[in-house]
Amino acid sequence: MSQAERTAQDIGEVVLEAVDVVKTYGATRALKGVGFSIHRGQVTTLFGENGAGKSTLMKILSGVEQPTSGTILLHGEPVAFTDTVDARERGISIIHQELSLAPNLSVRDNIFLGREITGPSGVDYAEEARQTKAVLDELGEDIDPMTKVADLRLGQQQLIEIARALSVDARILIMDEPTSALSATEVEVLFTVIHDLTARGVSIVYISHHLEEALEITDHAVVLRDGTVTATAVSADIDLPWVVRAMVGEGFDLGSPPTGYEFGEVALSVQGVSVPDAEIHGRNVVDRLDLEVRQGEIVCLYGLMGAGRTELLEAVAGRNPISEGRILKDGRDLAGLSIAQRIDAGLGLVPEDRQRDGLVQTMTVGRNMSLASIGSFVKGFFLSGRREADLVTDSIRSVHVKTAGGGAMIGSLSGGNQQKVVIGKMLATDPDVILLDEPSRGIDIGAKAEVFRLLAERARQGLAVVYTTSEVGECLSIAHRIVVLSRGRIAAEFGADTTKEAIMAASGEAVIS
Amino acid sequence: MTISERKPTMTTNATGQRRPALFSDGFDLGRLLLQGRAFFALIAIIVVFSVLSPNYLTVSNLLTMSSHVAVYAILAVGMLLVILNGGIDLSVGSTLGFSGVIAGFLMQGVPIGGVTLYPSLWVVVVLSCGMGAFIGLINGVLVARFRVAPFVATLGMLYVVRGVGLLMTNGLTYNNLAGDPALGNTGFDWLGFNRLFGLPIGVLVMIIVGIVVSLLLNRTVFGRWLYASGGNERAAELSGVPVKRVKVRVYVLSGLFAAIAGLILSSELTSASPTAGNSYELTAIAAVVIGGAALSGGIGNVRGTLLGAFVIGFLSDGLVIIGVSSYWQTVFTGAVIVLAVLLNSVQYTGKPRRSGGGRSDDQSTPTTPSPTSDAQAPAGAVPEKTRG
Repeated sequence: MSQAERTAQDIGEVVLEAVDVVKTYGATRALKGVGFSIHRGQVTTLFGENGAGKSTLMKILSGVEQPTSGTILLHGEPVAFTDTVDARERGISIIHQELSLAPNLSVRDNIFLGREITGPSGVDYAEEARQTKAVLDELGEDIDPMTKVADLRLGQQQLIEIARALSVDARILIMDEPTSALSATEVEVLFTVIHDLTARGVSIVYISHHLEEALEITDHAVVLRDGTVTATAVSADIDLPWVVRAMVGEGFDLGSPPTGYEFGEVALSVQGVSVPDAEIHGRNVVDRLDLEVRQGEIVCLYGLMGAGRTELLEAVAGRNPISEGRILKDGRDLAGLSIAQRIDAGLGLVPEDRQRDGLVQTMTVGRNMSLASIGSFVKGFFLSGRREADLVTDSIRSVHVKTAGGGAMIGSLSGGNQQKVVIGKMLATDPDVILLDEPSRGIDIGAKAEVFRLLAERARQGLAVVYTTSEVGECLSIAHRIVVLSRGRIAAEFGADTTKEAIMAASGEAVIS
Repeated sequence: MTISERKPTMTTNATGQRRPALFSDGFDLGRLLLQGRAFFALIAIIVVFSVLSPNYLTVSNLLTMSSHVAVYAILAVGMLLVILNGGIDLSVGSTLGFSGVIAGFLMQGVPIGGVTLYPSLWVVVVLSCGMGAFIGLINGVLVARFRVAPFVATLGMLYVVRGVGLLMTNGLTYNNLAGDPALGNTGFDWLGFNRLFGLPIGVLVMIIVGIVVSLLLNRTVFGRWLYASGGNERAAELSGVPVKRVKVRVYVLSGLFAAIAGLILSSELTSASPTAGNSYELTAIAAVVIGGAALSGGIGNVRGTLLGAFVIGFLSDGLVIIGVSSYWQTVFTGAVIVLAVLLNSVQYTGKPRRSGGGRSDDQSTPTTPSPTSDAQAPAGAVPEKTRG
């Protein structure tokens, strides 16, 4: 469409360029001589799996880290950024995937944090509020500058982060997974903003695991694999299969529903369950919902943000109370059981936010892995070290975690491998029903495929699997059945043979061209 | 693949940047010194005071100092459990004093109806400890069930317990804790004065408490639950850890250990004052912190905490022996605490940053000379080059 026309017109002047950049951490070579250029007023997307070196490259371009060797050219001049402040002063801003906002402060205070406008009588709050309002209007977001950030939805918080970068008048804006928490409408808003920015000559570097979305917005595609650039192209010449091929080096799909066996009995039965909204009294985020999942069946819950997916799964797992209805597992009513008791009963949840809810950062890979099933290797009064070590070794192998061993700190793993630890932890409790909230969020396509393969394998052995996703493509992978949620109710159900268009239409999502 | 994809915030990066320069090349020595800092501090204290005073490094003085340390150390081990949970227990000093008061009260005889009962010693000990555990239970329930901030809940209990102790004694001290052979309640001074295998009973109790808690932390489900819920309570809860039960238990244990320490202290003094143990909670916290525990929870161990208690005890006793004024003692103790917290923050902000390239530190060492005193100089020069 319009991007295609634009790229056809001109390639654009190169504003920032990395030439033969090498970055080593000890013996690990994260970048092996990377060349990368950013064009004025255009969007350059960096594709690559976790660990391919995308983040390292972005850290170097934004002054977080210095290259081991190689040159950075800003407008053709070699530069060396001492830190992020230095880079920002030269017009390069980075928006990190994880939000860096102060939730206790207002939107206005967050946007001007660290560079407050001062007047003769201290901070000029009125001016700050005015500018905040202006930049929010630019984003098409009607948010009061005095709203506390904690009161905003996650998607809105991300937009505040973007607003903050815009307000420092960035000429080059690096966005690392900016849409991972946004709803479809918010993504559209963001894309409109990106178009506006590029029209004003701002250059954008875009990183996303959401490949289709990225392809839609980008002018240039650069693919990194294993610290080397494997492909570069203008977006008019490429499509999704091309990107995937360049990223993983082979044809790739996320799997298909496991077949060749009969489903067993109904393992999980949700009957007329409502979950009250924590904030708005009298409103239900899940509204009299019915759902049955059989042994061996894989069900995908699809829906926009706020459709009630997370709330439903958390209620089933015992974290949130339900206001009406019943939840049965193998015919047994779970009412009144704690999370721990539900895990014992064979029902486990893999939470959405693995940093916040999934992992204990102060512990090792092994101890995270064994945390949920720890009761099973007590010998007398004490833990059996050997049984635990066996379990950890088995789990690491069965969920394919790439780690130096159970003794490594959890923080040393890449996102995809951390996610596998969270899943492995729950699988180690030997559940009959496993609920996974966005198991593929923020992990690369290789890891996604592995996670899905693993779940398909377990389903074949009789595990009932329920997972949520906000990427339509992931519904059409291993799920036998796709349940579309909208406003806490089931809007539609599909078999595995449906189309993306049908699912998106049912969810009430505007189909992005 | 080994590089973590986690995106750090900008501020931690600015400091994280320099860290490899400080520690990667002098890594072996730097890291060893950092991790074993409480141990090396203790060695340094012993060496310095041995030089300054001939009376310091004698068996009898070391034993005397150790029995002083024992009281703090037992308190600190209880405090460690609470701090591992991400909480704090300010009431332990009051509980310690109150435990002595309860013991003194029971030793004087309990008038019931017309008769006065003189409970035997073990009853006294059990009831005092039970009272400590009960105070801990109140703390635990306040914190876990009613979500009162630990600082506030235990601060309140600090006042309540101290007040009740003063009310019971009318501010006076129980002086006669020896008991009466005729009444069959003698032996209270055994805790404070006797020795087994040449060690004061208080020190033995400290060793036993240390071993038991160490086993509890490292070898039992409860220990794992405690580390997990202190490191990330939400993740622990979703993994089926009964976080509230764990929380209540740590406060109960802390109260129990405070009561044990109170019995030892009043036995050593052969008197039970309602004001005993005033501000001991702060010493206990200091010992835990010097021992390398993180106040945010999830990190720490018994060995470090005991070393921390010894550092504080041996330092202040040493200052007394060489005749430094008590005002200076306060200054020194404070300085040690600040230094310890400073090193903790170096260690814990350093760790997660380095974990991404965790291996890198090891690999970079062979290229540099072995860590000598001037190894820091070339190490510091490296980042300058890459930056310029």
